[in-house]
Amino acid sequence: MDLPFLYETLLKLLTGVPLTLQLAVSSVGLGAVLAVMLALARLSGLRLLAWPASFYVFIFRSTPLLVQIFLIYHGLGQFHAVRTSFLWPLLREPYWCALIALTLNTAAYSCEIVRGALLSVPSGQIEAARACGMSSFTLHRRIVFPLALRHALPGYGNEFILMIKSTALASIITLMEVTGLAAQLISESFRAIEILIVAAAIYLSMNFIVTRLVQWAEYALSAELRPPPAAASGQGATL
Amino acid sequence: MTASDFVLGFGEAGWGTALLQAAMITLSVALTGYAFGLLVGSFGAWAKIKGGVLPRLIADAYTTVLRGIPDILVIYLFYFGSSAVLTPLAGLFGISGFISLPGFMAGALAIGLVSGAYQAEIMRGAYRAVSPGEIEAAIAAGMSRLTMFRRIIAPLVLRHALPGLGNVWQLVLKESALVSVTGLVEILRQAQIGAGSTGQPFTFFFAAAVLYLAISSFSTWLLRQAEGRLALGTRRT
Repeated sequence: MDLPFLYETLLKLLTGVPLTLQLAVSSVGLGAVLAVMLALARLSGLRLLAWPASFYVFIFRSTPLLVQIFLIYHGLGQFHAVRTSFLWPLLREPYWCALIALTLNTAAYSCEIVRGALLSVPSGQIEAARACGMSSFTLHRRIVFPLALRHALPGYGNEFILMIKSTALASIITLMEVTGLAAQLISESFRAIEILIVAAAIYLSMNFIVTRLVQWAEYALSAELRPPPAAASGQGATL
Repeated sequence: MTASDFVLGFGEAGWGTALLQAAMITLSVALTGYAFGLLVGSFGAWAKIKGGVLPRLIADAYTTVLRGIPDILVIYLFYFGSSAVLTPLAGLFGISGFISLPGFMAGALAIGLVSGAYQAEIMRGAYRAVSPGEIEAAIAAGMSRLTMFRRIIAPLVLRHALPGLGNVWQLVLKESALVSVTGLVEILRQAQIGAGSTGQPFTFFFAAAVLYLAISSFSTWLLRQAEGRLALGTRRT
């Protein structure tokens, strides 16, 4: 095994990590905003809002992400109206196209996570808040969203890991994140197996750290399920 | 624009036939990969349930790694990795140039290996959902291990696993689009070729999206029928 080469490859591939993380974090963040809006639309009970949201989710979950990326990056340029619009400086950049495609894609998947979480809020809690005279906005801000967040967290952790993996597709439209750098190194050195193993190790470590962070967040948000620290130690003393 | 000028038509200048043929390639590479994944996944599930320390360790490492890295890396590994092995080997026989596994094979192997990791976890979960009483009853009835597997365990595991396995099929279908990087002319590659030679990328990628949508909707319908068939005699709410 050629350790110096592996080390050199690792250093080169690590320079792609910021771009990978940047794409994953911004798409999941922007996607979450869109997902909450879509989920609220689906649960609104208004057919005019619910139906388009369901259709959006169906379309984006049933087609491959790579097709969506190509449609936005290569496809939109077909229209003269798009090429002359104020959005063209953004839409001709692979970075923005990848970010838009990843955001739209994750929004569709996250919408289902958010919808499930919103549905899991016990109706008694909502009734109690209404009985206290909370407005709909206060109700959502203080009762529904905090409770739904706890339910959504495990699903959202999975979605974030999926997105870290999905950012690898941005390399196909020339972005130089970890996979893009790996593909470039392979074409320079033809040592595919070693380079791909290093790249895989980088993704695995990123995902490992993310799972730990999500576990920590789940722990931090479930204080009501744990015994209070003083009582727990007091119990230990009496036993 | 007349019907014969339409780039997606089935006439002489149309790409309709080519796209439908590409859809067949997508289906065959996805099905081959999925079947290979079922094989790998069953072994993985068996190792996790009944295997000793070493098989279990290997199966755990397999499912953790393959579910934690991007699918495209696995496809590159088979496509470029096989060339790293095959090119020097071919050199020994005096053949020079880039030698690699054919795109179909590299793609199907990669899809199989990735989906096998998901399928192993699903089948393991489904096996645990089989109640011990049913297995005890089968043993009490004097069934041999093979009969018990064929008549009791397999149908029950399949019933519990089918929704999960259906999800993996949808994943595999979408993953097959990545095989286009090997040059295999499946839906996405054919759309790229069409977009390149007609200068109408949106039309072609939109058509590709519609084809994927059609295949996935049809499979959803088919899977729902199968789930109903396998769940006969159970409570359905």
